[in-house]
Amino acid sequence: MLLDKTISELAAGLRKKEFSSVDIVTECYDAIEKHGKELNAFITVIDNTTALTYAQKKDNERTENTSPLHGIPFVLKDAYITQRIRTTSASNVLKNYIPQYNATVYQKLLDAGAILIGKMNMDAWGHGGSTENTDFGPAKNPWDTTRVAGGSSGGPAIAIAARMSAFAIGEDTGGSIRNPAAWCNITGLKVTYGRVSRYGTIAYASSFDTVGPMARTAEDCALLLELVAGQDPYDATSSPHKVPKYTQKLTGNIEGIKVGIPKEFFGQGLDSEIKKSIDIAAKKFESMGAKLIELSMPMFDYGLPVYYLIGPSETSSNLARYDGIRYGQGRNQFTPETMRRIMIGTYALSAGYYDAYYKKAQQARTLFIKEYEKALSSCDVLLMPVNPTPPTKIGELMSDPLANLLADVYTTSQNPVGVPSLALPCGFTTTNLPIGMQLVGKMFSEDLLLNIGYAYQQETDWHKRKPGILESP
Amino acid sequence: MVTYKTIVGMEIHVELKTKSKMFCGCKNDPFHAPKPNIYTCPVCLGLPGALPVPNKKAVEWTIMLGLALGSEISLFSKFDRKNYFYPDLPKGYQISQYDQPIARGGKIVIASEAKQSFSPRHPELVSGSKIASSSRFNLIGTSRNDGKTIRIHRVHLEEDTGKLIHSTVNGKKVSLIDFNRSGVPLVEIVTEPDINSSEEAKAFLKKLHQIIRYLDISDADMEKGSMRLEPNISVKIMSLRINAKQSFSPRHPELVSGSKIASSSSTPRNDDESELPSYKVEVKNINSFNFVKKAIDYEVGRQIEILEAGETPVQETRGWEEKKGVTLPQRRKEAAHDYRYFPEPDIPPMRVTKDQISELRTKIPELPDVKLARFIKNYQLKPEDAARLTDEVELANFFEKCASQLSIINSKLSIQSLANWIINKKVDYTKASPEELIKVITATKQVKQVDEVELTRVIDQIIAANPQPVAEYKKGKTGIIMFFVGQVKRELKGRGDAVSIRKILQEQLK
Repeated sequence: MLLDKTISELAAGLRKKEFSSVDIVTECYDAIEKHGKELNAFITVIDNTTALTYAQKKDNERTENTSPLHGIPFVLKDAYITQRIRTTSASNVLKNYIPQYNATVYQKLLDAGAILIGKMNMDAWGHGGSTENTDFGPAKNPWDTTRVAGGSSGGPAIAIAARMSAFAIGEDTGGSIRNPAAWCNITGLKVTYGRVSRYGTIAYASSFDTVGPMARTAEDCALLLELVAGQDPYDATSSPHKVPKYTQKLTGNIEGIKVGIPKEFFGQGLDSEIKKSIDIAAKKFESMGAKLIELSMPMFDYGLPVYYLIGPSETSSNLARYDGIRYGQGRNQFTPETMRRIMIGTYALSAGYYDAYYKKAQQARTLFIKEYEKALSSCDVLLMPVNPTPPTKIGELMSDPLANLLADVYTTSQNPVGVPSLALPCGFTTTNLPIGMQLVGKMFSEDLLLNIGYAYQQETDWHKRKPGILESP
Repeated sequence: MVTYKTIVGMEIHVELKTKSKMFCGCKNDPFHAPKPNIYTCPVCLGLPGALPVPNKKAVEWTIMLGLALGSEISLFSKFDRKNYFYPDLPKGYQISQYDQPIARGGKIVIASEAKQSFSPRHPELVSGSKIASSSRFNLIGTSRNDGKTIRIHRVHLEEDTGKLIHSTVNGKKVSLIDFNRSGVPLVEIVTEPDINSSEEAKAFLKKLHQIIRYLDISDADMEKGSMRLEPNISVKIMSLRINAKQSFSPRHPELVSGSKIASSSSTPRNDDESELPSYKVEVKNINSFNFVKKAIDYEVGRQIEILEAGETPVQETRGWEEKKGVTLPQRRKEAAHDYRYFPEPDIPPMRVTKDQISELRTKIPELPDVKLARFIKNYQLKPEDAARLTDEVELANFFEKCASQLSIINSKLSIQSLANWIINKKVDYTKASPEELIKVITATKQVKQVDEVELTRVIDQIIAANPQPVAEYKKGKTGIIMFFVGQVKRELKGRGDAVSIRKILQEQLK
């Protein structure tokens, strides 16, 4: 399969004319044809004649100097604004919304010559960790279709795992890239806040939202980040921090890298198989020359409260524009989970409660920033689990809102802090469900995270494993 | 005996005339837009995914306004979201500033003239215009000889909303929205409740308007709505032993500014100078200084009547009804508004350095007070004339151009004559050129002048023709000289100036 290859392999093959963009795109549509309906990963599939015509055009215009993404098919989480292409944020509130402009990240990919083939299912407005809180039906995990794919960027993760796309752009507010990446056995990068422009990203929680790549390998993520990162005059929170050539930093050498293991992240509530897999991964890092350092992050327990006060506060304001006057649908079209978050946020910001909730949470956020600074002063990266359990059964989390919140326990604290985190495959359960880990680094240390991920993926083949449904006839 | 004191704080909104809007690159020109909704983009329409990027010029101008008002400029400032629903607010929140405005404090000193038109019945009891007719009420004002200071509470920057137009289309009543104004930079200036009469309010506003026009940061056109005025009015019950000359200075300025009010007292009677009444009435829809004055007078009268009845006026927002000259309650809100302010996460906080502030200070032009003093001193103008000439910066500049032209051409025309001409003839400085104007004035003056030969001839002629009055004059009836002046003037068809004619006559009649 062409889509088993990395993006740079695909780009090389295209350049050498071993195969064409049309071949790659055709493969995507074959997979969509075969598994699309069952996995329910897409909200909008771009008409295949349009995509194939575009692929043909790309094949014709390809030169030695075209971008490595030229002619490569990709998908977007449906939180990204795409001109003339329906953008729903997986909510009925925007079910017929056709935007007038393009998100910066999408425009950059178009300019590079990449080919959009779909807008992907997600938890509506990013509110969830399972892609079940969607008005377009729950997305299914390709490794076990009775289970969830994770979320909120579930659709993009499925598309990559099921070879329906070469890569995707996800969005991570509290684990939304990392969580489905881990549960679907792909690689996903939550970038440093401000690393990639948010312009044209339908906001969940503006001070947490990050735009990041999802792909099969760390190497692919490096290539993608190199293209989409950088300051944007349309996003005042985008950083002027210089964008390194991430692909050139992939040495595969992690000698002397200090890997911190915060004990609180491996305590009660963590599935034993996940813990075991990450222990093995840690040993692997050690065998590759890294040093393991045990450390403590006692603020751990406050991660969820901080996230679930500030996130809903911001979302209550961000979703105010869907006021029932524009976009054709009323606010009664929000799902119960979204209504819960709007109400919690409204409450936390109200006069008389602001100090006790929103303000306290912001103060705790400052403490978290210090906690991460401290932890990362004694090591280069932190190794942590992504999910407390393997993928849950469909319906399990939706019937228990609290369990739903707890599913994010390891991935919520990084967003209030702003630090980057790379999620990547590190094993399987005895029932053949994927297990992921995350490497959390200092602000703007994506180059380091990607190199460690790259090095690990040179030594392991978890990320190469494909879901069983792809093998069935 | 019970007396009353007017207490007014002002909230003023001013649209900045930057080229582009506050948070996007759209053209900022809502009043000259040929069509509705043409200066719009995803940002000012509040479309999903769009993000605000602050306009640097608007921030700088707000800092300059703060400097011009003597405010302290915050080295750290931020934007906040003010959340509320209204159809003209596409995001469901307005980007504003809550607890860390760009500028705090400052003052405007208004001339004591503001008081003089008052003609108080008793020196210590100053009456407002409506109240003046009713001797039942004794309204305390402040009477001073020097200027009065109105303190500024804060100056902050925000965005304007869209404009709702209620109209009938094809026989159907509809509400339309024009987003050309959405996202226009808007500065809000809030005073302390230091204003104690409608005259003071008017004088304050005129001065503020003048400063804004001098800074050239806004058209500040009240008719169009680029300057909007909202007085917050209440009346305080005092007893006579309070010295009316004491100035009003709240102990907790942070509690008495525009939107907040000291609520400690449940009864409006309070003789403590520092405490404010337990209520205030905000009046909206006012588009001129005169209407602010009228609205305050009306409100003070209305509130005193309520207080006289032993009740407390309701805290509410009222609208000014221009035709009837009254304020009427606007739809009362079901509950107090909770705007759920929180820091705008889409915009990083702003940090300004002292150097940047100093740099901006150098960009502030000469302000009205300084210009006035200079005009009086340098041009030897009468204060009232200097005031008229410096009222508008454009007129002042025009006058100065004319004055420098005078010295360039070494004209004999006096500065005072130039000033008189510009003031009396209401010269349109937008059309006239200084060179042309001076030519016109000089020519007119020359026509009026008579050469000495002709003048002497005419005087001799008049003396010869009137032996009788000459005799009377010589007997000591000197008042009759005006008769001769009149005769000479008539002969000269109005030319010549009376003073020199008289002088020559006196010589000749000796």
